[in-house]
Order: sequence, then structure tokens, then C-alpha cells
Amino acid sequence: MASSSARADTFPKLLMRNAVLYGDLPALRHKYLGIWQTWTWAEVAEIVRAYAQGLHDLGLRHGDTIAIIGTNRPKLYWSMMAAQCLGAIPVPVYADSVAEEMVYVLEHAGVTMAAVQDQEQVDKIFSVADRLPALKAVLYDWGRGLRDYEDDRLHSIDSLIIEGRTHFQKDPRSVTALNDLIDQGKGSDVSVILYTSGTTGRSKGVMLSAERCIAAADDSVAFDHLDENDQVLAYLPLAWVGDHYMNYAQGLVAGFCMACPESTDTVEQDLREIGPSFYFAPPRVFENLLTRVTIRMEDAGSFKRWLFNTFIGIAKRYGEDILNGKSVPLGGRLLYALGNLLVYAPLKNVLGFSRIRVGYTAGEAIGPELFSFYRSLGMNLKQLYGQTEAFLYVTVQPDGEIRADTVGPLAPHVEIKLTESGEVLFKSPGMFLGYFKDDERTAETLTDDGFIKTGDAGFFEPESGHLKIIDRAKDVGKLKSGALFPPKYVENKLKFFPNIKEAVLFGDGQDYATCFINIDLTAVGNWAERNNVSYASYQELAGHPDVYAMIADHVTETNRSLAREPLMAGAQIKRFLILHKELDADDGELTRTQKVRRGFIAERYAPLIGALYNGTELADITTEVTFEDGRKGSISARVRISDCPVFTPNIGKAA
Amino acid sequence: MSATDHSIRKGEVLLAVDQVSLSFGGVKAITDVSFDIRKGEIRAIIGPNGAGKTSMLNVINGFYHPQQGRITFKGQTRSKMRPSVAASQGIARTFQNVALFKGMSTLDNIMSGRTLKMNSNFFWQCLRHGPAMAEEIRHREFVEDIIDFLEIQAIRKVPVGKLPYGLQKRVELGRALAMEPDLLLLDEPMAGMNLEEKEDMSRFIIDVNTQYGTTIALIEHDMGVVMDLSDRVVVLEYGRKLADGTPDEVKADQNVIDAYLGVAH
Repeated sequence: MASSSARADTFPKLLMRNAVLYGDLPALRHKYLGIWQTWTWAEVAEIVRAYAQGLHDLGLRHGDTIAIIGTNRPKLYWSMMAAQCLGAIPVPVYADSVAEEMVYVLEHAGVTMAAVQDQEQVDKIFSVADRLPALKAVLYDWGRGLRDYEDDRLHSIDSLIIEGRTHFQKDPRSVTALNDLIDQGKGSDVSVILYTSGTTGRSKGVMLSAERCIAAADDSVAFDHLDENDQVLAYLPLAWVGDHYMNYAQGLVAGFCMACPESTDTVEQDLREIGPSFYFAPPRVFENLLTRVTIRMEDAGSFKRWLFNTFIGIAKRYGEDILNGKSVPLGGRLLYALGNLLVYAPLKNVLGFSRIRVGYTAGEAIGPELFSFYRSLGMNLKQLYGQTEAFLYVTVQPDGEIRADTVGPLAPHVEIKLTESGEVLFKSPGMFLGYFKDDERTAETLTDDGFIKTGDAGFFEPESGHLKIIDRAKDVGKLKSGALFPPKYVENKLKFFPNIKEAVLFGDGQDYATCFINIDLTAVGNWAERNNVSYASYQELAGHPDVYAMIADHVTETNRSLAREPLMAGAQIKRFLILHKELDADDGELTRTQKVRRGFIAERYAPLIGALYNGTELADITTEVTFEDGRKGSISARVRISDCPVFTPNIGKAA
Repeated sequence: MSATDHSIRKGEVLLAVDQVSLSFGGVKAITDVSFDIRKGEIRAIIGPNGAGKTSMLNVINGFYHPQQGRITFKGQTRSKMRPSVAASQGIARTFQNVALFKGMSTLDNIMSGRTLKMNSNFFWQCLRHGPAMAEEIRHREFVEDIIDFLEIQAIRKVPVGKLPYGLQKRVELGRALAMEPDLLLLDEPMAGMNLEEKEDMSRFIIDVNTQYGTTIALIEHDMGVVMDLSDRVVVLEYGRKLADGTPDEVKADQNVIDAYLGVAH
């Protein structure tokens, strides 16, 4: 495998290689009209070639950029492959961005074409078309509602594929011409531009070259022993490095099959039907699943609840040791086998995790409880640390060295350095060529000796050599007392409570730490139902005194655990409030990858932060909200602020 | 797309209501109302509460029998029409209060809309084998198209009783579409929905109209929605026809303004 992919230094070359090596094996699946449709590698290669010819006839050339906008659908993946056949550069864009956000990326990338999913995206593009002078064509996958559109630039992807086939028939020389184009593709050329989600300001276009992408994917495919018999469910945003790496790049390198869900709402059902062998999900997904399982178990009959709780207890005791290959008493093994029969296997089946050989999570810290829960069920869930600029892997946990609180040792062929302030610097096989049209920020990100600055603060645990990430380097602050203030570290502790969906910590340069909290509507709503608490809206539930009391318990618990860690003890939360609305990416409070934008929130809710520090008990706030269709409205509320006990640091002992 | 091209779409008359009167005992629900519905248009029937809108729909699909007047559907005139006949001739409807089989899944509910299209005999259907199976596969394909169209894949196998109201309305629309109707009657398709659900539903109604070319007659309270969606509007008040025309004409009609905003006496 490694030898053959070493010769293929671009994705189109890999595709042609796979069409020969794995011609009859499935390359892509998509559930349509309730049935899984399958395309083999040979079929995909044929379609992509015809499509590429169609794109060529439309005028797509080497070095042009083409936007890819939509959910995970085969035709959009083909669009990427077909564009790459011509040496054009696909630019995947987050499909749920509003037109205004989208136009920044499209304008910056100077796209000449866009391959989009449906009418919604076509409308968005045409609404900003006057700012995209280079735009020559918009290609759509799903034609519904587009029949009456009269715009010469609009074409269906199907029609392009058909035109490409006709072209091949009429002019056999074009077949060889396209072959030449594919062969001429250079691994050092830009293969794709992935725009970062913009946690910090405007998003940047990360240029990745094919040979580096393939080198990185080669390493990880070998690391996890992936091959053409594996299967994944491609459900992550196309524009995110996770999807491009895990599914697209690894899929082409290893030759495994990528299944596209029927729609974004059916991912869970599709997961269960496909039963992927390789799975990646951000911690949030695992968290939501566990919350739902817990809620359903609470609603179950008493016998089932007893069965579940008993065997989950057994799994907690022995499960991880069995998975890690440690010695476990025979009785424990027998009990675990019984539990597997009665609880774990059926549970995994319901979740679609029965066949997972390797599962990854990354992007945010994962709660130790959460992590061990899945591992104790026998799921080989691991953590990695990565970046778009690295083409993902920087560190990764090998089998048998799995921990919840680290992100593992170095990935193959990666070098890491730590600066004096603790910032992590790295060099990796897949590292980027630079930011598109932004030499200044490229230079800022690279050190003189060619390392990439991650902006994350971390340290290596001496005994294991595992990397631990504390927070964004620039977010780690200090309280007035001089004590360390690592906001994310504390927020993550809070978020491990199922009732807390999001937490935003403040305290840099202040006397003490304070916190905004978003409750989890599913978990707290279910609690409310069971306790006969009636509420009409999120706002009402969030302000309920009993909810406040419950959250206060969680915050106290967090403080107690912080007090046990001498470094972090200063960051205990003295006062908190529960926000009257959910933080939302549409309002700019979260990034599209659902990360908190701290600075923006601090500005927007300045009156509330003021109240956290001036001792008042109630504060008024009016905020603007954006509805899904882009219209704006406002919510005003009176928010209560609650105090919390803090604990004296007592080293090494539980409080 | 909605209000601009109604003049182009005006086709032949699909259904004509001619001087229809309906009374229950001494209560006159509809008095001498005439209007027509043309092929391919979205026709709205509006009016204040108790204006006789639902009665009108019930007359059209044969549930009520008017004491006077005639109804011409596809060129056939008759004074009485039974609902089953109406259904077999291509009139489908949804109801103001959702009327689905609560215990059955979304898929089965929509499949039930295909009943009239099933040809294989009782024997094979009982066995679910041979011709019945082949037929079921054909119908299932059609139903899956509708599920895809209405974007309800995620609830395909969920019993409709468990679904939120907005989705139930969508399933009901799906069942009506499964009949491949020539005329689709929607009784307050957006009642009780929030803004987003209303927008979704509006989009589906327009899409049904443009994609399948289905003629649609709908009753609705939300004026904004009606004026945006429909090609022509007929206004009823106390069982009488008050106005009839394009949304713009109706909006400018003094009688309509008086009826909706009140008038000084």
C-alpha cells in the first residue's frame, strides 16, 4: 500500500489507482429514497472523469478555485475530485454560514465556480453574486425549486457529467487529454484550501498540498491499520479539516468506503445502519449521546434501570482494564462478558458503534467520565490533538496508551517544541504551505526555523511523554492575586455536568473568577418534566430558582475539585449567572465549529459582567438575536446572579 | 415567483362552483356562491371565522351536499358528490385538525394515501407476496419520493402521534400528495405553527405547485401567507362571496377592507 500510494502524489492519481486496485469494492454510499445506493471505485473514477471533462468544457482550469458548499453528498465529493483532476483547487465552505459570512470566503478565495447542494445555497450565492465578479458557474446537486431559475450560470452536476460523457464519445482524443492532465498534476501544487472556522477573528485560508496531505494520511492509515475493507460515515462539515482528512484523504489513501447520510437529521439512524469501523466525533457528539442514553434510562422501567446501572458499574470497574490488556480477575471477566451480552453490545448496536475498530475524538477536551464510559463499553476511543495547519495530526494516542486527560505522544514524523511561555510549536508531514493571499499572517504563524505556532499552551507529562493542553496561550491569564487563570480548563470541568451545555469564564485581571452558564435544554428539560417544574421557554427555565440551586451545586463541586489542584485553586468561581438565551453561532457568539468566542461575548454582555463584579443580585440585559432566515429581533431579560462558596486549597486531599 | 406570474399560469377551469347554497336547518352556511379554480393555480379561500370556508371545502370534496347549485369538476357536472368519488377522481385534502392514524408510522400513513392506487387483489395483499409485493415496492418508491420531497426522512419510522404538530401537518400533506391529486384542498395548513414552520410549509406548498403542477385550494387565516402564496383569492363573509381576484385586487377591495377592519355605522 505505502509503495503504491507513494507513486500517486495527488488525489486524482489515487482515485485512478483505487479504480484499478479495488475496482469492484464500494467507494461511496449514499442513502437515497430510503435505500443505500453504492458506487464502486471504478464507477466513481468513471463519473469523476466525465465530470472533470464537463468542468473543463465550462472553463475550469489549473489554479482556479471552486467553492464546495453543502452537506456530505457524493456529488460534492466528486466535485472536489473532478476539480483536482484539472488542477483546480476546491474550497469547501461551511454550508450553514449565512450569505454574509460566506461571501467573505468566496471573495477572498476568488472562486470562479461553486458546486452547491440545493436551492438554499444557490439563493445565497446569487444574493451576493455582485461581489463575486469572477463567478462563471454555479453547479447544483439537487434541483428542487430551481426549475424556474433563469440564469445562464446555473448547471446541474448531473448534466455536466452527461455532457462530459458525450464529449468523450464524440472526441476520443479528449480521454487521453484528460489522462495527461491528471498525470501532469503535481503533488507540490495546492490541493485544497480549507478556511479556518475563525475562533480568533476573520477566517484564514489554509493551503494544503497534495503530497503533504497524502504523506500525512499514509502515516495515520498505517498507524491505525486502515484498509479497503473499512467503512466510515461522512457526516462532519466538508469545510472542516476533520472531514477532509479522516474521510476524504484517508479514504482515497486506504481505499475504504465513505457513506453519506440521507440528511443531516438522520445521521444517528444512518450510523446505526452503516455501523462504521472507523469513527470520528467531537466530544460534543459523545456527550449528547450519553445525555440521551441517560435520559432514556431514567424513563425506563425499574428492572431495566437496575440492569443498566449494575452492569455499567461492572464495566466501569473492569472494562477499561480489559480493553487496555491489563490483568483482570476471572470473575470480573465473566461478569463483563455477561454485561456485554445483556447491556454493552445491545447499547453499542443502538448507537451504531458495534463495529468500531478505531474511534477518535478531538477538538475540545473530553470529560474523563465521558471518555471512560465509552471505553469501558469496549469501544477503542482515542484522542488526538491537531490543527488545520498541520493537516490534522500533531499528537495521537496509540492503542494501549489511552488517557482522558492527555492528547497523547507525538504522531509519526511530527516534531514538537515548547516555547518558554509554554506555547506548542510543531512540524508535521502534512503541514500547510501558507495562508492563501496572506503572507503576513503566514509569517506570523511560522517561526524562523519553520515550526508552526499553535497558539495553545501545553506541557509534556514527564513520566509518559504525553502532551497536555491547558488552553489557548493568549487566554491563560492571571487574577489580581497573581494566581493562574486558565478559563477553558475550568469551563471544561463545568461542561462535564450534563446539565451544563456551555460555560464562559471571566476573571483575567480581576479579583476573582466568575462565570456565565448555559443550561442544556434536553437534560434540564427532562429533569423539569420529572420534577413537575413547568416552563414555557428556555428563558423561563434558565431563571427558575430550582435550576439555579442545581447549577450552584455543580459550580460548588467544580470549586471543590479545583481546590485540590494547587496550580488551579485560585480560579475557583465566586459568582455565576445563567444566561437567558443559548449562545448561538448565528449571533456570532460561537464559531461555526461551536467554540465560544470569549471576547465577543464579553463585549456583548458587558452589563452582566459588570454585575458579576459589583455585588448586585439582579441585572438587566437586552441582546439582539438573529433568526435562521437572517432577520433580527431582540430579547430582554432580568438575570439573577448567584454566589458560590470557595474552598481553601488543600494539596493532595479531597475537600 | 408567486404573485407575478399568475396571468401566465391561468389554465382551463378545473373546478367550478356555481351558485351553491348550503344550510343546516335554519342556519345558512353558504349562500349563492360561485367561483372557479383553474388548472395549476394556487387558489385561496379566506374570510373571518364562520364565513363558511371549511363548509365550502367540504362541499367541494363531497362531504356536504349543497341544497342548491352545481359543482363541475373536470367538465363533469353534478350536484352531489360522495367523498369516495371525489377522492377517486383526484381530489385530496388535509384537515384543520390533523386527521392521521396516530399509532402508525409516518411511512405507513403516507402509504395509506396510495390505497386507491392499489390494484392487486385481496388474496395477494393478505399474503404480501407475488403481485402484491411488486406493487408495494412501486408504491413505496413513490412514497419515498414524497418523504424526500418533504424532508421528513428522519421521522420515516416514527409513529405520528409522537411527532410535534408542525411535522404532523407535513405528514398529512404527504399523505394527500400520495394520492397524486389533480386538486389538493388544504384546510388551514399553517394553523398553530410558528414562523419557521410556516415558512417551511409555504415553501412546500409552492414547491408542490411548481414541481408536480398540482392545483391547490387552501384556506388560511394568516393574511401575509395567503397574499404571498396564492394566485387568486376568493373572500367569503357570512356565507356570501365578498370579493374574488388577485391578491392585489382583493387587498384594494373596499368590501374586504370593511369586513376585516370594521366599518363605521
